[in-house]
Amino acid sequence: MSRIQTVFERLQRQGRKALVPFITAGDPHPRLTVPLMHTLVEGGADLIELGVPFSDPMADGPTIQRASERALAHKVRLRDVLDMVAQFRQHDAQTPIVLMGYGNPIEAMGWETFAARCEEVGVDGVLTVDFPPEESSEAFAQLIRHHLDPILLLAPTTAPERVAAVVNAARGFVYYVSLRGVTGATHLDIADVAAKVAAIRSMTTLPVGVGFGVRDAATAKAIAAIADAVVVGSRIVQEIEHSGEQHAIPHVKKLMMELRAAIDGN
Amino acid sequence: MGKYDFPDAQGHFGRFGGIYMAETLIPAVEELRRQYLRFRDDPDFKAELAYELKHYVGRPSPIYHARRLSEHCGGAQLYLKREDLNHTGAHKINNAIGQALLARRMGKKRVIAETGAGMHGVATATVAARFGMECVVYMGAEDVQRQAPNVFRMKLLGANVVPVESGSRTLKDACNEAIRDWVTNVESTFYIFGTAAGPHPYPMMVRDFQCVIGNEAKSQMQEMIGRQPDVVIACVGGGSNAIGMFYPYIEETGVRLIGVEAGGFGIASGKHAAPLTANAKIGVLHGNRVYLMQDEDGQIIETHSISAGLDYPGVGPEHCLLKDLQRAEYVAINDDEAIAAFDALCRFEGIIPALESSHALAHAIKIAPSMRRDQVILVNLSGRGDKDMSTVARIKGITL
Repeated sequence: MSRIQTVFERLQRQGRKALVPFITAGDPHPRLTVPLMHTLVEGGADLIELGVPFSDPMADGPTIQRASERALAHKVRLRDVLDMVAQFRQHDAQTPIVLMGYGNPIEAMGWETFAARCEEVGVDGVLTVDFPPEESSEAFAQLIRHHLDPILLLAPTTAPERVAAVVNAARGFVYYVSLRGVTGATHLDIADVAAKVAAIRSMTTLPVGVGFGVRDAATAKAIAAIADAVVVGSRIVQEIEHSGEQHAIPHVKKLMMELRAAIDGN
Repeated sequence: MGKYDFPDAQGHFGRFGGIYMAETLIPAVEELRRQYLRFRDDPDFKAELAYELKHYVGRPSPIYHARRLSEHCGGAQLYLKREDLNHTGAHKINNAIGQALLARRMGKKRVIAETGAGMHGVATATVAARFGMECVVYMGAEDVQRQAPNVFRMKLLGANVVPVESGSRTLKDACNEAIRDWVTNVESTFYIFGTAAGPHPYPMMVRDFQCVIGNEAKSQMQEMIGRQPDVVIACVGGGSNAIGMFYPYIEETGVRLIGVEAGGFGIASGKHAAPLTANAKIGVLHGNRVYLMQDEDGQIIETHSISAGLDYPGVGPEHCLLKDLQRAEYVAINDDEAIAAFDALCRFEGIIPALESSHALAHAIKIAPSMRRDQVILVNLSGRGDKDMSTVARIKGITL
């Protein structure tokens, strides 16, 4: 059984929901990424989304754009991100890692090489924002051959017949983008999200994660009531940005513990 | 060459093109494709577009025989397709008006656009004013600096011009920001994309709207010289004026098609915007798979050109295909060669060309002497140079 599946099955037995934080690899500094990943786990992460920096992050708001720019200023490449995962795995064999980013750095490496290397270092899933399933059959075949889950996005604008096609190509879990807009946008309508998540559940047995717009403990708690996983990205990246290299680790840990407590209903 | 029929139903031009977008926008581009295919052949839509092109844009644009410049070159005869004489001063209006008419039929009251040199921004602001639509134009902060007159024109026309400070602060970053706006406001907003690139159906739709250039040229050349030119030349950034000129000539295999990219400081310098000429690797950016300037890790690299309108790391998917099919040739012209051609057209013909179009002209001037006097080169003079006054003055060390 895959690490992703193991985590979601355990949580389901426990009647709990997954907390899925996102950080950009190399932000604020490459040497902090692996310690930050361990901090996320200590703070209650069930799965980590690790962002691969890209020069043109079209689907991201200013917070994650800046994180990408900080990482690229340190010349963090896709192969460095994979090395970071290998380092993380030396001390953590359980927590699933999903790489999240844009397709072009993977295209440049080659999907076959990338997928093989991901399997070798212990990546569990891959989410490429700008590669819809229609354009990705060969890429996904490489991922699946190397026991990696293609993680796919669903949006408020996705029509029901398309939801069916997307969940059919997805593995691991599906990620519902809870609002129109880029990462870090505001104005989350919980009732609307609940209706969409219910509609997605009627079409797949895969766990459903919800992200984009989870700004605080209260939103995290509200999302946890309706989804299997709460994805928190910009809020954590913002904490890293404001804390700087010196305070990033303690501040992120504190934020994670607040989110965890809210999700667990404490 | 067999029957040329691209793109396929999914927007692929051979191995190029496609739809590489975030999920939130996939339904939007799908809806756009449906609506475009519905109206493309609709007699009312076609009649309205024809009316606007004639009475508002001022088409057909003439073809002009540049006799003095031809004489100066001492070889082939140079003919210019005068897209610079269109309303707003460039070919961009052909596409902007087509997309605006489609936006109206789709009930969209807000349009957005990206712009490099500002010509597409001006064209979009113009049609938005013409049809009473809200208009936001994204423009790299660097381009806002070097194209100040166009920024002012857009503002006069009622558009909100947003300078983009991220990345290289040029055209590609303006595209990123326009895409972010569209993701956020997808239901109210029509994205009037300026070049024959991006996700399907844009490369096809922009080509179709720009084909008026080549279609007119074919009948005009027949009228003027009784045959088609030996060579057709156009500049290529994203490639909309070039594909509009080339497409009607694709099956006329006796006509050589040459696309001219921005060579910047020279291909060897690495500081250019010529992915086709420099044999860039294939990659994915802004919704399509194309030849793309990138480093070995797949990060998009900063481009350089004196001409803001050509300063883009990718190129439309159909040009990528035409290169692979060897139906069109692609070459690069450096900044200094473009400036020399700019000067030559001013002095010999009394026409001030855009720096973008000066690249096409420079290549024509380069090859004309090696051709016979009875041979003909048709250059697409895609825009006028008024917007480039401050850039050219700066290069010549003149303070205006």
